[in-house]
Amino acid sequence: MPSGDRPAESRPPAPDPAGRPAVRVGRETRLDTYVDRYAARTKGMSASEIRALFAVASRPEVVSLAGGMPNISGLPLDVVGAALHELVLDRGTVAMQYGPGQGDPTLRVQICEVMRREGIAAHPDDVVVTVGSQQAVDLVTRVFCDPGDVVLCEAPSYVGALGVFRAYECEVVHVEMDDDGLVPDALRQAIAVTRAAGKSIKYLYTIPNYHNPAGVTLSSARRTEILDICAEADLLILEDNPYGLLGFEAEPYRALRADEADRIVYLGSFSKTFAPGFRVGWALAPHAVREKLVLAQESATLCPPVFSQYAVSAYLATHDWQGQIKQFQETYRERRDAMLEALADQLPSQATWTRPEGGFYVWLTLPEGLDAKAMLPRAVTERVAYVPGTAFYADGFGSRCMRLSYCHPSPERIREGVRRLAAVIQAEMELRETFGAALPREPRGYEAPNPDLS
Amino acid sequence: MSEQSDRIVVLAGGLAHERDVSLRSGRRVADALRQADFEVEQRDLDTHLVPGMQDDPPACVVPLLHGEDGEDGALQEVLALLGVPHVGSSAAACRLAFDKAVAKSVVASAGVSTPDALALPAETFRELGAASMMDALVEQLGLPLVVKPTRGGSALGVHVVRSREDLPSAMVGCFSYGPVALVERFVGGTEVAATVVEDESGPRALPVVEIRPDGGVYDYSARYTAGATEFVVPAPLSPAASEACAATALAAHQALGLRDLSRSDLIVAADGSVWFLEVNVSPGMTETSLVPLAVEAADATLGSVFGDLVRRAIDRKH
Repeated sequence: MPSGDRPAESRPPAPDPAGRPAVRVGRETRLDTYVDRYAARTKGMSASEIRALFAVASRPEVVSLAGGMPNISGLPLDVVGAALHELVLDRGTVAMQYGPGQGDPTLRVQICEVMRREGIAAHPDDVVVTVGSQQAVDLVTRVFCDPGDVVLCEAPSYVGALGVFRAYECEVVHVEMDDDGLVPDALRQAIAVTRAAGKSIKYLYTIPNYHNPAGVTLSSARRTEILDICAEADLLILEDNPYGLLGFEAEPYRALRADEADRIVYLGSFSKTFAPGFRVGWALAPHAVREKLVLAQESATLCPPVFSQYAVSAYLATHDWQGQIKQFQETYRERRDAMLEALADQLPSQATWTRPEGGFYVWLTLPEGLDAKAMLPRAVTERVAYVPGTAFYADGFGSRCMRLSYCHPSPERIREGVRRLAAVIQAEMELRETFGAALPREPRGYEAPNPDLS
Repeated sequence: MSEQSDRIVVLAGGLAHERDVSLRSGRRVADALRQADFEVEQRDLDTHLVPGMQDDPPACVVPLLHGEDGEDGALQEVLALLGVPHVGSSAAACRLAFDKAVAKSVVASAGVSTPDALALPAETFRELGAASMMDALVEQLGLPLVVKPTRGGSALGVHVVRSREDLPSAMVGCFSYGPVALVERFVGGTEVAATVVEDESGPRALPVVEIRPDGGVYDYSARYTAGATEFVVPAPLSPAASEACAATALAAHQALGLRDLSRSDLIVAADGSVWFLEVNVSPGMTETSLVPLAVEAADATLGSVFGDLVRRAIDRKH
């Protein structure tokens, strides 16, 4: 039944016992004229109680361990300002004009220099610039996936990628991880089981370094094994690597793409190594895939933002960007340390968590019987926020888990946030003890915060 | 300040769980008042609010805070302290109405039917043993049951419990939102909302809105996803039932000593009887809210209704 505004004729008014005529016919409305015209893929795009709670998390009274905004307070704004000033004065008419769909050639050369730090030898012709690496996930999925195709993802996986896979109506099959990242046997098994069920796996989506949300890194030994498994299964890998240069311990890990060129689409980003507001990321792809990505990019945006690309290019050319990354590493290491120390000091022994060597996130598993989503209102009342684990699964798992981010708050705020979180967990444990364990809940669609939550 | 300000402050946001809803309500009412030629400032609740009002008192405040920040009476107390007129009920009336258990008993003593219910804090379950308490609740009230926080709105933390084994997780979900749970007998029937607005001739009920959520439960998602719920206004009830809904909402409004505006949430059972569930002193005004539908059905606009309420508040000087 179409459901714009219409008189209420579908159901007659209830009869009146006294036989009086019914009151005037009402107006029937769903308050959305388009309700029966949306595409099937919008199913699940509904208001969520959880997202509403994040509105409170944006207030300064709340310690938000929920956001993923990089901490860019250390950026040399004078240097960036001078470069942008010069850019407008010297090359303004080009910088504010349309550009190539594949992205600016100079920037693509610089991107290859950035990737060299992780062992990748690439040609600028194989790089496609995108609107953040988020758009690269979208373009790759657009190019490869029909509705019902399977994408293998880590368990848990990046919420933004899961959103893309949902939008293209893919089926996500999660593959187990441990402290060394993706578990090879679990990958073998997932491939076998999915194919035995007659389904088509289009690629493995993986974040090998400083995983969002899990905080773990694929060990060097496993990298070879994962490559071998995918080669044997003839499976494409989508290697998403926004945090690779933000390790705390040593030299960057060698990218999967460094040892396998044909079977990998590699995604990189300047959002964490420089600043996310420019929205510049990229895909490095085998030539045939790259051609399709360029055409898809032209359909999507005509060209990635030229001004942003020039700005990033100028920054890379005029500033010690590697030194800046070292400073970012120190910023995040200090915050990671504050969080891990506070968790060890404050949390009950039944809780466990990962110990990231880089990146932004700790993945916390609550004591048995607790449900992170059900607990979030209590946390918000106590002025601390996190992202419940179910946001990072396509199948409703993760209810005992949560993602804690340490990237943005100061170490003092992180300690205060963990102190509040510990009190919330304690109160919830007492409640669970009183009422018994949680029942599994229905999986829901859109339950991650907006990108601009700090 | 010697000059009397014409500025109307719409307060929205706050730190309660319903912050997001409140911001939407505030935006809509602020726009409506601007279109009615008022000078409007929309403000959040923060530490600058009181000093700002002391330095430059507005002509009137329109609180559109939902949940504890705006409906438990504390804000109204502060506005009275500052001598700033505000739209809506007094602090004392808000305190009565905001606690669902208290409101139910006040309204019941005025002769209105409301489903049997018990209000119980989490500690009671802990101290007396949750399993036997829950057994007793099911035995006394029967199934299905509705579990909801005694304080709060937007159906946050509300669970309809159809079997005994679902009760523990409903209780836990409810206590995550607040310290006291209202466990209420479920009354099936047509879900309706009845708005009461006051003007110079006294309180009057606007056309009743019937609510038909797609999933059967008018939860947070059904409330704030445009298209997920069908509304019919005026509700296609019998004249007797329509009159009973209006009378119930007016009785609740008056029994609790409410002022200016309220919305009562009611159930019309199959036999035509009307049951009072709760009343809102600061009802939602979002694009998918109920009161704006009722206002429209009464051939009025939000701007005219709130404009009149603002003028009344300014005239009565509190």
